[in-house]
Amino acid sequence: MSEPTISSKAATVRFDGVSKLFGKDVVAVDNIDLHVAAGKLVTLLGPSGCGKTTTLRMIAGLEMASSGRILIGDRDVTKLPATDRDVSMVFQSYALFPHMSVLENVMYGLTFSGFAKDEARTRALKGLDLVGLKGFDTRLPSELSGGQQQRVAVARALVLEPQVLLFDEPLSNLDAKLRRQVREDIRAIQQDLGLTVVYVTHDQEEALAVSDEIVVMRNAAIAQIGTPRQLYDTPNDRFVADFIGEANLLECQITDVSGDTATIEIAGHRHQLPSRGLTSGPATLAVRPSRILINEASGIPATVDKATYVGVRMEYTLTGGFGQVFAVQDDVDEPIAPGTEVKMTFAQKGPVLLPGE
Amino acid sequence: MTVANTKTTRPVLIFWIVAGWVGYCLLPWYMVDDGLWSFKWLVDGYPFDDDYAPAAFLIGQGVKLWLAPILIPLAMPLLVIGRPKSDPLYARILIISGALGFSWLIAQGFSIGIRGFNYDWLKLLFGEPRIRQFGMGYGAMISASAFLFLLTQGIAARGAINGDVFVVSAIGGVITIVTAFVFYPIANMLFSAFITEDGAYSISVFAAKFFDDRLWGLGCLAGARCGAAWNSLFLAIFVGVITTALGLCFALVVTRSGFRYKRTIRALTVLPVITPPFVIGLALILLFGLSGSVTVFFADLFGIQPTRWLYGMPGILIAQTLAFTPIAFLVLIGVVEGVSPSMEEAAQTLRANRWQTFRTVSLPLMRPGLANAFLLGFIESMADFGNPLVLGGNFDVLSTEIFFAIVGAQYDQGRAAVLAMVLLFFTLSAFYAQRAWLGKKSYTTVTGKGDAGVHPLMPVGLSLPVMIIALTWALFTAVVYAMIVYGSVVELWGVNNTLTFKHYVTAFSLRIEEEGIRWTGAAWDSFWTTLSIAAIAAPLTAAVGLVTAYLLTRQSFAGKNAFEFGTMLSFAIPGTVIGVSYILAFNVPPIEITGTGVILVVSFIFRNMPVGVRAGIASMSQLDKSLDESSLTLGANSWQTFRRVILPLLRPAILAALVYSFVRAMTAISAVIFLVSAKYDMATSYIIGRVENNDYGLAIAYSTTLIFVMLSAVGLLQLIVGRVQIGRRSQLSVKDAS
Repeated sequence: MSEPTISSKAATVRFDGVSKLFGKDVVAVDNIDLHVAAGKLVTLLGPSGCGKTTTLRMIAGLEMASSGRILIGDRDVTKLPATDRDVSMVFQSYALFPHMSVLENVMYGLTFSGFAKDEARTRALKGLDLVGLKGFDTRLPSELSGGQQQRVAVARALVLEPQVLLFDEPLSNLDAKLRRQVREDIRAIQQDLGLTVVYVTHDQEEALAVSDEIVVMRNAAIAQIGTPRQLYDTPNDRFVADFIGEANLLECQITDVSGDTATIEIAGHRHQLPSRGLTSGPATLAVRPSRILINEASGIPATVDKATYVGVRMEYTLTGGFGQVFAVQDDVDEPIAPGTEVKMTFAQKGPVLLPGE
Repeated sequence: MTVANTKTTRPVLIFWIVAGWVGYCLLPWYMVDDGLWSFKWLVDGYPFDDDYAPAAFLIGQGVKLWLAPILIPLAMPLLVIGRPKSDPLYARILIISGALGFSWLIAQGFSIGIRGFNYDWLKLLFGEPRIRQFGMGYGAMISASAFLFLLTQGIAARGAINGDVFVVSAIGGVITIVTAFVFYPIANMLFSAFITEDGAYSISVFAAKFFDDRLWGLGCLAGARCGAAWNSLFLAIFVGVITTALGLCFALVVTRSGFRYKRTIRALTVLPVITPPFVIGLALILLFGLSGSVTVFFADLFGIQPTRWLYGMPGILIAQTLAFTPIAFLVLIGVVEGVSPSMEEAAQTLRANRWQTFRTVSLPLMRPGLANAFLLGFIESMADFGNPLVLGGNFDVLSTEIFFAIVGAQYDQGRAAVLAMVLLFFTLSAFYAQRAWLGKKSYTTVTGKGDAGVHPLMPVGLSLPVMIIALTWALFTAVVYAMIVYGSVVELWGVNNTLTFKHYVTAFSLRIEEEGIRWTGAAWDSFWTTLSIAAIAAPLTAAVGLVTAYLLTRQSFAGKNAFEFGTMLSFAIPGTVIGVSYILAFNVPPIEITGTGVILVVSFIFRNMPVGVRAGIASMSQLDKSLDESSLTLGANSWQTFRRVILPLLRPAILAALVYSFVRAMTAISAVIFLVSAKYDMATSYIIGRVENNDYGLAIAYSTTLIFVMLSAVGLLQLIVGRVQIGRRSQLSVKDAS
């Protein structure tokens, strides 16, 4: 027998009009359609209670859809319990079995997949090797650090070579430094093996960093699907703009549209940017804090309300005829004192138009 | 993934189909007289003798033809072999054959008894042929189980509980046995209260027995005697109040005082576990009885005539208070500790002094716990049988009246049933009140978050009387237990006080001869019976309890609340009621087990099941549900998850459930006394027999032995469980998922 290696059987995941009700009238997931391409890492992102974890658990088979169809690969798995789906999951709490050694934990799923004991063992060791835990096989989970436990949980799911690998907020129990490390490891393994991964998080920075595609959810429904770049640069609505990174949402008037370019007026100041299909009338302008330029020669008059030094940059709160905005500047050496009257403009690239209220 | 997705052979299905046929064609259909473990039938005319023949042979010989239709539901499942589970026929065939077979077995079992047809309309329909049948034996039991589990597999295949065969089967199994051994006998007993002497049903019979003056008379208000119902009720209320008050004192001393010997006080809680209920009564007789030490001392001192004041209400009250105070203590420790220290600290920072804090914050927060302790004391007192039997005198209570209605000269099943109904009404009301009213009102605030505060000490004005009461009572308890040990080595109490091991010799002597040890002591028979019955019952109790706990904590299904209520119900059914209902229900077919060891085992399983369920629920709710879920997503099914993940993690709970059901089986008396037989006598009923013959020495020596046996069992448990827990529990905390 040749040395077994961990390979991928990545498959697509499809939701057709899937809803989930708890009890009679609590709608956790409301009629969503979703397509996850094989070999991609897709993140479900949203605030608490938006239905992202329920969606993930429906892929796993831990919750059953109340209506609609779920397909993994070409197979309809809507009614299939977790045991019979070719999916594995890394839990938020890791859920390592405390009475089994690390190796036994990783072998657990393999023994139910029909592997002989020797082969299961070889594969499990291979998996531990892959996550960098060679030599830890006889330890108990309680003898590992949080990050190591995390990696055992990943290895345990990986060695089954599932069609889809699920992560439920895998980083939430790790400290900040470890988070960056682990998320890079997860991304690296996913790309090396070409796995289909569905990943749940409520941390937008984490989502931006690891995903091929992000599904932003709100109130049991999908708000927008796109690559990290698309979501950040061209959010569909105020919710997405505000949730993915911070955004200043300013009321404005579209005065003229020619071709794809719109001219807007905000507090007497004119600015040109892509129209994104909007027509003349009231609209919302979304501007990232870093795309606001202060201390320009001309622009919208504003007053510096607060100036906060946070080490790598300065944070300002500005007020003016437009309301209030939050801006950051990299120049920490010459901070602007609160109370200073300044002129403010927007960067050429970055600000986007959204439909008005 | 090689196998997981394509399970075509279903060994469980094959197993139950085969089991059905084996039960029908190979095993003796009816109960074999010689006992469950005797295999004499194999060489004694099997398979053609009518008594031992399997159903198939009976039909082959042209007798018991009503068993023939069972062949149809036995054959039907053969059609599904090879069919995929998703085929609608698969589910339908299994459901129809399982339901048909099971209900036919029940219908014929109840219709045809020892004396032919049980119902008149059947006699009219079929005439009165010479047919009769006995209780179900191996064959019938196994076939019935096969039908039950074919039915549950069919239901699972239709998609119930995500098609989980193990869970559906477990639910079906638990419902069936609880129905058969709790609800059926109770319902049967309730009906028998309406039966007249010639077997007809009549309300007036019930009314006559129900409105009997011996039950509801209020003569005691005018100096005469009261009815048993009132006696029980007053006694239970007194006992409830006193035990709650004493329990609270003990709990306060342990948690909120600077008392140095708290651990010793805590050890009190183990007493009711290891003490057979009537032993306290015996010890009180040694102290306060007609020739008791205290009585004689005071009689000599003041030259007064010793009286029999102990026998009756005062004696029972003292005995029950001694026996049940530790139970209230155990409940209230949890309650008093459960009040979050930060609440009390908050009150103190808001300028309440210690006394005000106690009165306005601590005590109100404990109130639901106090009510709970009261209701427990109430139920225990109502159900207590041993102490009233030993100390009752002319003071009739329900539990003993039931006993005398059945075994006394007045043999009157109907009266026993009526009394049992009244008793059941009281205990169930208390049980219901406890669950419905208190269930939602607990203020104990154990959140799992670290609570850094410390409980404040009691105010001085309170701590002094509380300490005095608690210590006095603890001292009294110690004296009583010392009397038990001392009494066992005294020649003849009050008459001849020389020390002797005579009673132990009578009970437990043995001779070593050439052919081995000869157990010549009088007590050995009942001692070994007790040990073996308790040892058989304990693992079964633990198993039923843990499976039930698993279903209650880990699965959701329609009717789960009713299911939970039903399984916890047997906690509120007094032992005497269980005893009466069992002999009424199980001395006739289809389940005919009176006089066997089986009935004792069964009664222990269902009496003690709530202990196992509680232990299981308590420790299972500490296991994060993601452990099960990760096992499922790793490809294990729910049975494999239960066996490989949950059971190993529950090892301490399993051990505890085992030991407690073992110990409880050894100390039980109330149900047992109805169910023992000459062949299967239990230690407790043997002791009661000695007491009735005024042979106190032997009774007390035997009781002392039992106490030490059980003490070592509990001690051993503490030792083992203490070891098991080390270093293995760090990951079990429940982390909240978003």
